[in-house]
Amino acid sequence: MREIAFQRTNSVEEAVRGGAQPETAFLAGGTSLVDLMKLEVLNPARVLDVSRLDLSRIEPTADGIRLGATATNTVVATHAEVKRRWPALSEALLSGASPQLRNMATVAGNLLQRTRCAYYRDLATRCNKRNPGAGCDALDGWTRMHAILGGSERCIALHPSDMCVALAALDAVVHVRGPRGERDIPFGDFHLLPGEHPEREFALDPGELVTWVFVPGSAAAARSRYVKVRDRLSYAFALASCAAGLEVADGKIKAARIALGGVGTKPWRAPQAEQALIGEPPQAASFRKAADLALRGAQPRADNSFKVELTKRVVIRALSLCAEAA
Amino acid sequence: MSEHTKDEGLGRRDFLVTGAAAMALACASGPARREGASSAAPGDSMEITLVVNGEKRALRIDPRITLLDLLRENLGLIGTKKGCDMGQCGACTVLADGMRIDSCLALAAQYDGRAITTIEGLTKDGALHPVQEAFLQEDAFQCGYCTPGQILSCVGFLHEGGGGSDEEIREGMSGNICRCGAYPNIVAAVRGLHGRV
Repeated sequence: MREIAFQRTNSVEEAVRGGAQPETAFLAGGTSLVDLMKLEVLNPARVLDVSRLDLSRIEPTADGIRLGATATNTVVATHAEVKRRWPALSEALLSGASPQLRNMATVAGNLLQRTRCAYYRDLATRCNKRNPGAGCDALDGWTRMHAILGGSERCIALHPSDMCVALAALDAVVHVRGPRGERDIPFGDFHLLPGEHPEREFALDPGELVTWVFVPGSAAAARSRYVKVRDRLSYAFALASCAAGLEVADGKIKAARIALGGVGTKPWRAPQAEQALIGEPPQAASFRKAADLALRGAQPRADNSFKVELTKRVVIRALSLCAEAA
Repeated sequence: MSEHTKDEGLGRRDFLVTGAAAMALACASGPARREGASSAAPGDSMEITLVVNGEKRALRIDPRITLLDLLRENLGLIGTKKGCDMGQCGACTVLADGMRIDSCLALAAQYDGRAITTIEGLTKDGALHPVQEAFLQEDAFQCGYCTPGQILSCVGFLHEGGGGSDEEIREGMSGNICRCGAYPNIVAAVRGLHGRV
């Protein structure tokens, strides 16, 4: 790890001011940042500890819930209201990492976690995300754990989060505070596609600090589920996952939510698949059609073509569970 | 700086650690070093206080040091093991204010003022903790390297109210990898502890 200056702050204003200084990283749970600092993939000169800011509250509101930026994954996942009204969010969190890591990792840290792409993490390889313009050794490398949706000729690094898949499906909004004030970022706009600039990952300006994530309540959210398939039963990143929600009335689907994990360069919402379900009966044939649409445009590579069919089946499974609950 | 623990005599490891610390200190001492700051500039040491196994410890640290390395290298508490050093095995599990965490991904600076429990802190008046007894009883280890982490993880898990079913135990203990594959006996050890600890 390179030398760092460490500072703890108890004030959001101070954090925003400090965060706007060049080469400064906010430290919350540390599970992603400390790991990448040890690998010297991320090399901030200053680390600003924001974990003791007064931003850890979880506040149910009339129309949703506000998740404080520094609330731990454990606290969010086991919150009674979250489990009742946004079950997919709780399930997604509990399917991620390990109990120890969930006790450390935070809401904002989960949003800002970096890819687990082995080439990104290995300084001996070329990576456009780590070193813009260097090239990408993943493209013709071992691609089993790389994205099949949202990639570019510069980067196919997978977004690793489970929580973010649920938040994408549930229409979350990210509230940030920066040098120029506060603003809301719709979840779908928060993570950037790699395109020509894989090094740009978030729609954040320098100094902008995530203060909370708002998740709206809905009938589909209350009947949402998260299904994750991995190489072992627990403590592994997704090969494919799906957060789905359904609202069913009179035997027809009134509203649908579908987002995919383990396959996209960002948490992957599938709006066309959702649209196709409206007015359909909640049955296997409808789900199959939606699953096909969700994976349309997938660009598998040598080692990950299995993900296309696997993900479709995960989508069908998730929707079927939602239908059972509805 | 690491104070000396209650160990009698100076073992081989103490000698090596003390020697390395003295050398590090010799290299680190220079007029530019600022002392006693609550935050540090690049290259500066900083002071923190940890309550380790019930004992308050004032420490001067490099802000880069992980809690794991601080416990092992500065405090000589080598019961906490370094496995993968990247949050993928759980060998370094300790309790921070009663919550289990992976100490390899924790910057010690961030834990200033907090209470840390390691395997060395579980015994009371020379008596083993019930979780330690259960691991012995069920032969829940082979090489033993992951065992301190397994035991601390189990203590945290039981405090969370876990352990009601074998399925829950396997998932709840999944953050600790055992490459010997002692899992069946680990599950057996945890099974008998639910509601007792």
